[in-house]
Amino acid sequence: MIKLIVFLPLLAALVAGLGNRALGNATAKLVTTGALFVAAALSWVVFLDFMSGDARSYLEPVLTWIRSGDLQVDWALRVDALTAVMLVVITTVSALVHLYSWGYMAEDDSQPRFFAYLSLFTFAMLMLVTADNLIQMFFGWEGVGLASYLLIGFWYHKPSAKAAAIKAFVVNRVGDFGFSLGIFGTFLVFGTVSIPAILAAAPGMAGSTIGFLGGEVEVMTLLCLLLFVGAMGKSAQLGLHTWLPDAMEGPTPVSALIHAATMVTAGVFMVCRLSPMFEASGTALAVVTLVGAATALFAATVGTVQTDIKRVIAYSTCSQLGYMFFAAGVGAYGAAMFHLFTHAFFKALLFLGAGSVIHAMHHEQDMRFYGGLRRSIPVTFWAMLLGTLAITGVGVTGVFGFAGFYSKDAIIEAAYASGTTPGGLAFAVGVFAAFLTAFYSWRLIFLTFFGQPRWAGSDHIRHAVHHDYESAAAEGTTDSDEAHVDHGTVAATAGPGGAVEGTAGYHPHESPWTMLAPLALLSVGAVFAGVAFHGIFIEPEAGEAFWRGSLAWDAHFYEELHHVPLWVKLSPAVAMLLGLFFAYRAYLKNPGLPARFTASVDTLYQFLLHKWYFDELYHHLFTRPAFALGRLFWRAGDEKTIDRFGPNGAAAVVGVGNRLAGALQSGYLYTYALVMLLGLAAAATWAMTR
Amino acid sequence: MIQAFAFYLFASILVAAATLTVFARNPVHSVLWLILSFFNAAGLFVILGAEFIAMLLVIVYVGAVAVLFLFVVMMLDVDFARMRAGFARYLPFGALLGVVLVAELVLAMGAWSAGAIALDARAAPTPAAVPNIQALGTVLYTRYLFIFEAAGFVLLVAMIGAIVLTNRQRRDLKKQDTARQIARRPEDAVRNVVNQPVGEGVTL
Amino acid sequence: MLRDLQLVAPELILCFGALGLLMVAAFVGDRSLRLVNWLSVALLGAAGLVLLGPAGNGGDAYLGLYRADLFASFAKVLIFGASAVAILAANDWFTRDGTHRPEYPILVLLAAAGSGIMVSASDLLTLYVGVELQSLAAYVLASFQRRDDRSVEAGLKYFVLGALASGILLYGISLLYGFTGTTLFDGISRALAGPEGISTGELFGLVFVFAGLAFKIAAVPFHMWTPDVYEGAPTPVTTLFATAQKVSAMALLVRVAIEAMGPAADGWRQIVIFSALASTILGGVAGVGQANIKRLLAYSSINNVGFALIGLVPGTREGVSSVLFYLAVYVAMTLGAFLCVMRMRDLDGRPVETIGSLSGLSRTQPGLALALLFFMLSLAGFPPFLGLWPKLLVFQAAVNEGYVALAAVGIVTSVIAAYYYLKIVKTMYFDEPAGAYEPGRRTATGVVIVAAALFVSPLGYLLIGPLQQASLNAASSLL
Repeated sequence: MIKLIVFLPLLAALVAGLGNRALGNATAKLVTTGALFVAAALSWVVFLDFMSGDARSYLEPVLTWIRSGDLQVDWALRVDALTAVMLVVITTVSALVHLYSWGYMAEDDSQPRFFAYLSLFTFAMLMLVTADNLIQMFFGWEGVGLASYLLIGFWYHKPSAKAAAIKAFVVNRVGDFGFSLGIFGTFLVFGTVSIPAILAAAPGMAGSTIGFLGGEVEVMTLLCLLLFVGAMGKSAQLGLHTWLPDAMEGPTPVSALIHAATMVTAGVFMVCRLSPMFEASGTALAVVTLVGAATALFAATVGTVQTDIKRVIAYSTCSQLGYMFFAAGVGAYGAAMFHLFTHAFFKALLFLGAGSVIHAMHHEQDMRFYGGLRRSIPVTFWAMLLGTLAITGVGVTGVFGFAGFYSKDAIIEAAYASGTTPGGLAFAVGVFAAFLTAFYSWRLIFLTFFGQPRWAGSDHIRHAVHHDYESAAAEGTTDSDEAHVDHGTVAATAGPGGAVEGTAGYHPHESPWTMLAPLALLSVGAVFAGVAFHGIFIEPEAGEAFWRGSLAWDAHFYEELHHVPLWVKLSPAVAMLLGLFFAYRAYLKNPGLPARFTASVDTLYQFLLHKWYFDELYHHLFTRPAFALGRLFWRAGDEKTIDRFGPNGAAAVVGVGNRLAGALQSGYLYTYALVMLLGLAAAATWAMTR
Repeated sequence: MIQAFAFYLFASILVAAATLTVFARNPVHSVLWLILSFFNAAGLFVILGAEFIAMLLVIVYVGAVAVLFLFVVMMLDVDFARMRAGFARYLPFGALLGVVLVAELVLAMGAWSAGAIALDARAAPTPAAVPNIQALGTVLYTRYLFIFEAAGFVLLVAMIGAIVLTNRQRRDLKKQDTARQIARRPEDAVRNVVNQPVGEGVTL
Repeated sequence: MLRDLQLVAPELILCFGALGLLMVAAFVGDRSLRLVNWLSVALLGAAGLVLLGPAGNGGDAYLGLYRADLFASFAKVLIFGASAVAILAANDWFTRDGTHRPEYPILVLLAAAGSGIMVSASDLLTLYVGVELQSLAAYVLASFQRRDDRSVEAGLKYFVLGALASGILLYGISLLYGFTGTTLFDGISRALAGPEGISTGELFGLVFVFAGLAFKIAAVPFHMWTPDVYEGAPTPVTTLFATAQKVSAMALLVRVAIEAMGPAADGWRQIVIFSALASTILGGVAGVGQANIKRLLAYSSINNVGFALIGLVPGTREGVSSVLFYLAVYVAMTLGAFLCVMRMRDLDGRPVETIGSLSGLSRTQPGLALALLFFMLSLAGFPPFLGLWPKLLVFQAAVNEGYVALAAVGIVTSVIAAYYYLKIVKTMYFDEPAGAYEPGRRTATGVVIVAAALFVSPLGYLLIGPLQQASLNAASSLL
């Protein structure tokens, strides 16, 4: 069954990808989506088996892969509770995204390619989470990286998409380099790449040291940090996060699947999978906690000033990933996985909702040109509202809460309960970030769905209206008159942030059912995922029975979560309400406020608007020197040395030889005879003098 | 002793004549030098005991081939001097090459004098009892039959080649067709014209 | 006696068949052309078929003058096949020029008989007669289009230089006979292996014999005639030169080197190494600037001979088998390439031979372009085409005996030649169409092109097993 889950998407990808245009859009869509729905259904069966406590973890061998001396690597699919959780997340979201793409990509002219990439991605991701050894995990790791690259650059005719794809790839290479160093180091230390073997041996290694870069360092700290660098790259943690916002250049379903629900959580998954290793190094855990907390804070602050609807959600994702990491850092791997699980639903929901908005608004992504969409696209509105309720963590303890309520509160409580300094810091950051999360999430809702329409300012809308008008006029219907009247009579007035108010005669339409159905299903997840599953993920007894050692589990620690002080339990809720309040004040009640406020703290605003100047910093620190170095090697090294003495030099020698041979080939018999006799004489001389 | 003397005489005259064949300015002289070298070669064969081949050489090469050459050369109106204009230019180099080869050959002959083989080690030693010509014929038609026949085919190919390359069907010439001539009968050639009015002639 | 006749059956069939056809041609005239053509092909087929009998592997005939073994049979299959293709191809070619005559297939038959005698020769005299039979026919064939100046020039050049080479060969033979007292290969081998070692005179004879044979295989520095003759001779004849005659000369050289001069391997090895490297390098370098495709293929053949010689260097069974394998694949590639060239005619039906005129062939004649692409890439030794495999085998044979540097240089030089093969591909596929081509015609050679293209395509890898086994068996009869 697990083979079916993993290889169905690959099969579908091959069929759709190789068949491509010959197959046609409909077949490609049906094949890939059908395969994914089957995989999703099977995944739920696997997951529910584990949930009921019937299933035991097992290993399903596939193929012999590498046999080279000590290095024994086989293809094998590992299934345990951790894998089951990931399976459900990946296949469910992927299946829904496939379905959603039917509507979203309906007008694209290379749909088979798109669906093939999506399925290929799903396969790679499944390969990653079912990996039994680090090499196979690395294969999946690179596979998702490749699929991500292909999908970000799916619209390769857009220069910005190409640039974003390359950026994502290059930044991920940094992380992958760390990851591969980590794998090499692990093999060096443990003599194997099999994950169970490594995890079994890890506690015994705690405290031993190894020479690295000329100094003696603790083995486990070094290995964990190297591996964590890989996780940072893939999960867009502070420092290696720069690619994630740019990755929004890809189609929105891609953002939902890869850059929110699944691939970016691979880092978290990896840390949880290798949690016994990380447990062996306190330093590494502290680093994980601090990096996670810093990311949560950084991304949340930047998220508050973004105007592109997808970028807001992207920074939100980045920030939530920070939560997951510091949860893992303080030892609450169950909570991290729980948040991963719930986050997948509500973040995919938000992204797909945003996609629906963008679809309705004719590919306008700037929230400043939205407003008042509540009535035009009610289903999308309700779905996104549920998603926002989930991400901000609305709920009442002991009664009911949306998905984020359980997972995020558990993380914040765990940070407090850990009692360490990094933990305390993470707790403070977590609460503050919860406030920021509430603020930017509600800001998104208010700007998009409430207030007056500000559509007139958008080029996309104007273009759409103009186009509609022209085609309608050509048909000579009465609608065109209406549109014309609207277009002419609606007065454009200055709205908040200098945007132009008015509808410009545009009528947003709700998306087709293929897009709404996934929204509805994900809404169910966003609402109920927390209440339904918090038991098995983070309750001390139920959790232990569920995880069964597939990640490091300290029942005592989870018990403590229930006994943190009341103010700790309440603080996220308070932060959330504060955020809601500020957003309400700034964007509904008093639309002029943000402009005035940002003007008063311009330095901070610019700092946030430029995303803490990370891109600029990297540009000067890495990109430009790299380009300079590249030019040096290119001009001086390649062209003037290697080319000159290598290919070009050889070609020149051949050219000279060719002219010589041509000159010798005079066409005169006596020349030919002379050459023959010369050869004979030379051979004879050689034979004589030998 | 006398054999050795004869050998060196014939050999040196042969080499000299061959050289002069190449170097002579007058083509007729060349052919004459060639005839001289044939004679000396024949002399060498006689020393070897191959008197039949020696005679063959004289009769066929001198008597037929060389005389044919002579005729052809004399009939050609070729400015040989001009054709050799390039000769002088390549002479020094060619000479050097020749000297090298000759020097090496002399060295090689040194090995001969070391007595590597005796004459009876030859593939087909000349039998003393039978005449030369008979011995040759016996060997040719028994042991070397295959090669003899194959050599016949070489000649055949040469003949076919000569015909293919030179035989032209000339359409501007009237050819005699003897078969048609013989087959011609009076009925084909003669027509009786009767009752022809006088003074109007005969249509042919 | 009867046994001897059985053993030489292929040559008997060819020679007497040729005689019979000569009669037919003489009495029926040019009307007999079609008949003579097909009968010639049938005779070649029959000659190939009798190889299944005692003629295939029956041992010595005529007291050791002639040897019917698997080695000879392997080469004969290639020779007869290539000769048949040369006859078929010529039918269309000469008929359109109005110069076709029944003597052409007859001469090809006699040349094939000469080639057969060459590869079966186990005596220096047989060798010489075989070479002459083949060469004389070749001289005539080269100038077969006697109204074409280039053809006549080619024939004359080939004849004069061939005569020089024959002289050298004959001189070498007489030296060997003089110093070993025999003309039989076995006897020479015994003499060379004798206690006195190899005398200078024997060494000298060896050098001269090798030089004479090197002329026939067109190895550097005895290659000078090749480009001129290949370009000038009518294309079907060039095809014959590049395939059947090259195979026979190469097989003969291998047999002489192994059977007659095996004990003197140290004497000829350096010469072969030099010749092999010089051939690969010159074949690559000099071909680069060529504009005429026949001339280019001439350099290609020089280049390929160099590679085949590399397989001879180690003098092992493996090496000999790799040479045979190389020849088999080389014949297929070269036949295909020349047959494609023969299809290049402009709208008026005149043959075109410049590489530039291949421009955009992929659009005007996609099938022909694809076939030529296969042959070029295979000649260049591109994976996954079959041409890669024999190169691999000869290099492997060389490396196994420690000639690593030789193999390395060989690999490097194969890159040079790849340039001009790829240039043709580029011209066909990426340049704008130059002139219009005459549309393809249905001829028997089309089948041969397709078959050869399939053989050199990756599908040919299926045949590697049997072919390798056959070449190994053939090599076993020498070593």
